[in-house]
Amino acid sequence: MNSAADRNLNQTVAAASNVARETEMIARILAGERELFHDLIRPYERGLYLAAYAIVQHEADAEDIAQDAVIKAYSALKNFRGDAKFSTWLMAITLNEARSRWRKTHAEPLDFLSDSEDSTGDYTPSVLADWRYIPSEELERKELRQLLQEAIAKLSPEYREVLILRDVRGMSIAETAAATGINEGLVKIRLFRARLSMQKLLAPKLAPRQRGFLGWLSRKAGGQ
Amino acid sequence: MTLNCKHVWAQVSEYIDGSVAPEMKQAIEQHLAHCRHCSAVLDSTRNILVLIGDQRTFEVPVGFGERLHQRLQAAMDSAGSPT
Repeated sequence: MNSAADRNLNQTVAAASNVARETEMIARILAGERELFHDLIRPYERGLYLAAYAIVQHEADAEDIAQDAVIKAYSALKNFRGDAKFSTWLMAITLNEARSRWRKTHAEPLDFLSDSEDSTGDYTPSVLADWRYIPSEELERKELRQLLQEAIAKLSPEYREVLILRDVRGMSIAETAAATGINEGLVKIRLFRARLSMQKLLAPKLAPRQRGFLGWLSRKAGGQ
Repeated sequence: MTLNCKHVWAQVSEYIDGSVAPEMKQAIEQHLAHCRHCSAVLDSTRNILVLIGDQRTFEVPVGFGERLHQRLQAAMDSAGSPT
């Protein structure tokens, strides 16, 4: 067995073990050990905030939505059947809250569940001559974080939603589909568009010939 | 199977996810071997996804966790058991 297969097997075993542990916790909460609910949601709370923020793009609203979703999940815990993972069920509640809030504050109609989108459309990347890898350590620079945040803010909410679930939270395509209530094919289409849009928005600013831009911003922020 | 650049761009997302069919994967890699532009598109997309997946990129507000559990506790105290 090769090491990739070993890793996959280990991940599968770990995931199954986590599901079993959560199933037991839920049974104990429903049997009266309600304080355990705090521990049950703790691994997911950051993701709930980020998913809510991906849609509403407002810190206080996103925090409020995450709180409401957790309380709704507690009240509805007896309805959790285990058809999906607990984390996926909790995320679905959060996304429904966020979408509902988004619709109340935006006049333009946007159908999060539409399945009428064609495959790839006119989404094209920014074509570069070369690319020099940007290490994650550069995220210590606020300017880089801001560029990334500004780029994702320019995407439509339904694209931000899948990008956050898949590429920030690391959910699988199937889990993303279950949490958003759209089919896997549409998840892939939205993910393709979101990823290429991010590349198109960011690559020209981050490409080797443009790196001076980040350096200039850094010096400016430092008052030099 | 011979691909042009547009064909490769259409597959970039699934290629990154490792979900393209073996024949398509081979055709993409043949194209990438001699197309520096598509290689840069793939490398930049992959790099940007690594950056946005890093915990430092998107932070939660200070005190978010404490406020969440305080409000949850208050709701649990008033609602009682979820059963």
